[in-house]
Amino acid sequence: MIQSIVFSIVTIIAFYFAFRQFMKVRRNILLGKEYEITGDKGKRWQNVALIAFGQKKMFKRVIPAILHLCIYAAFLFTTVELIEILIDGIFGHHRFFADKIGILYPTMIGIIEILSFFAFFATLAFLWRRNLLKIPRFHKDEMTGWPKLDGNLILIGELILLIGITCMNGTDVLLQDLDPTHFKDTGTLPISSWLGPALFGGLSEAGLHTVERFGWWLHVLAVFGFLNYLPKSKHLHIMLAFPNTYFAPLESRGKMENMPAIMNEVKSMMDESAAMEETTEELPSFGAKDVMDLSWKNVLDAYTCTECGRCTDNCPANITGKKLSPRKIMMDIRDRAEEIGSTLDKNKEMTKESYDDGKSLFDFITKEEIYACTSCQACVEACPVMINPMEPILALRRYDILMDSSGPSDWLPMFNSIENSGSAWTIPGDRHNWAKSE
Amino acid sequence: MQEIPTVEQLAAKGEKPEVVFWVGCAGSYDPRAQKVSKAFVKILQNCGVSFAILGNDEQCTGDPARRAGNEFVFQMTAQMNIQTLDNYEIKNLVTACPHCFNTLKNEYPELGGNYNVVHHTQFIEKLIEEGRLKIAQAEQKKKVTYHDSCYLGRVNGVYEVPRNILQQMNIELKEMKRCASKGLCCGAGGSQMFKEDEPGDKRINIERVEEAIETGAETIAVNCPFCLTMMSDGVKAKEQQDSIMVLDLAEMIVENQKWES
Repeated sequence: MIQSIVFSIVTIIAFYFAFRQFMKVRRNILLGKEYEITGDKGKRWQNVALIAFGQKKMFKRVIPAILHLCIYAAFLFTTVELIEILIDGIFGHHRFFADKIGILYPTMIGIIEILSFFAFFATLAFLWRRNLLKIPRFHKDEMTGWPKLDGNLILIGELILLIGITCMNGTDVLLQDLDPTHFKDTGTLPISSWLGPALFGGLSEAGLHTVERFGWWLHVLAVFGFLNYLPKSKHLHIMLAFPNTYFAPLESRGKMENMPAIMNEVKSMMDESAAMEETTEELPSFGAKDVMDLSWKNVLDAYTCTECGRCTDNCPANITGKKLSPRKIMMDIRDRAEEIGSTLDKNKEMTKESYDDGKSLFDFITKEEIYACTSCQACVEACPVMINPMEPILALRRYDILMDSSGPSDWLPMFNSIENSGSAWTIPGDRHNWAKSE
Repeated sequence: MQEIPTVEQLAAKGEKPEVVFWVGCAGSYDPRAQKVSKAFVKILQNCGVSFAILGNDEQCTGDPARRAGNEFVFQMTAQMNIQTLDNYEIKNLVTACPHCFNTLKNEYPELGGNYNVVHHTQFIEKLIEEGRLKIAQAEQKKKVTYHDSCYLGRVNGVYEVPRNILQQMNIELKEMKRCASKGLCCGAGGSQMFKEDEPGDKRINIERVEEAIETGAETIAVNCPFCLTMMSDGVKAKEQQDSIMVLDLAEMIVENQKWES
């Protein structure tokens, strides 16, 4: 009875705080501008099925893909088990479904056990890869401090969760013989039936009870901890990978976002007879200076990023030692969105529209970074969850060039040449001279 | 090379070409890329394709301006081009530059310019399929590596067409470690062609040429005038210009053909 009350209170608190945090993430994502969702819905769902659910793009690198799949599959199935944990916790049952769904129950628990078993070793392998193997993408400049700790905390949390499950199931198997009325028969379990006696065989009944409860609570608290940790962590990708894949554009990659305001201006300049669009008082802003100038999909991208670094690993600028790292761009956008979010929380009179703290994305991202991009799309191709780091880079360029008339001076002759002579280089003579000379 | 008509000259005679060869700034003005233009023209002429160029009516598509962030310059040059193409009622375009190809194909429609645009490798493949072009075999089997341009490959998903053409040429195709969708950029895209690099350890074209050298190839096949410049510069910087050639696919085809002109 007391346990039920304690569990219910803990659950309510955990869900309440998690919900509040998730609403803030949502608010921060919606700091971004409108984003038009076009194209076939069926194709979008297909992307979710293949790329998010099926992890198609992960399998470009087989070893991490298999390790990742172990943890991911264990996570998916353990989530199903949570339904039972909630029922047991609130109503004081023990393994509520054990005698209600027949063979399905031991099958389900069996699958979870086998997946957890693999996940345990995969997690150790990931800790080893991340910390001891010299894999360059885990040791770039942006992967120090919190991002590095975040990566390890998630893996340690994973281990704690698995220890909880092992204690819980391992002792349960032994207690089924000692107290069959409370501990319902689950049949033979693939891991616990041998690992349980091996680990806990020497304990007294009271000792087994204690370890069983310890394991159960550890599992529950690890899950609730996870839920509240996610909104702060790079690990949020386990949720956002799905919507992010769904909302990823279906149209050609080669098309940069059109700027209708400039297009119409140029059209009216060229054709005097064309009706001029009503000019508004307010001067339009071009490109992106801050999170509010990006699309909400760009911000969703930033929150979906799990900092794996495949983008940076494939970026020609980064490979050759330039400062640009597409992953850092995404991390900076999220950090800036968080900063804006917390300022908005503290200053209730401020709105997204009136926001001004004297800072912008340019305080996070330097011009040296944005001008090193070759627009080669390697980062876009590499991302397993359909993030596009190139789009914000080019949007920042647009702001710098169009609003601040800044940017590399090397480009000025090219701009002038296109404007005045219609060619990227100013070279005297006819454009078709090459065709005449033999 | 026979004389190449301009669209204007044909229009004066009341004629319209089957296809317009969009030459691009590099193909028009860069001496090395001009050779590619000429090679492609040779293919068109020898296959009996009715084509014309725009000459002074053609302008930069605006790709470098747009990627640099200068939408005003992009829109201005793009609108001029659309006006020109629409005035002459041109529908079919072929170009040897993947940047022109991408902009004309993917970006002009939203500005009101709708054309059938193909890259010259796609056009060549069609000529082969239609039986209008028979690829001649090289006398000696050479080792060739193929460098995917970003704007033909990753951006537009054309990986197989150029490889299929190469395979018909009696060559040994040696792929680089990073190829097709994982191909490494030459370093010129995103308007990098027109500016100095940001500080770093090395230039991107050097990294790429080193990878090409590793394959042991005698020829680096390209499909883009910017890649052509970057890879040629890289080969020179590695002092390999005597043992490695950088050639556009069109040039490689023409080299083996026994055409009189």
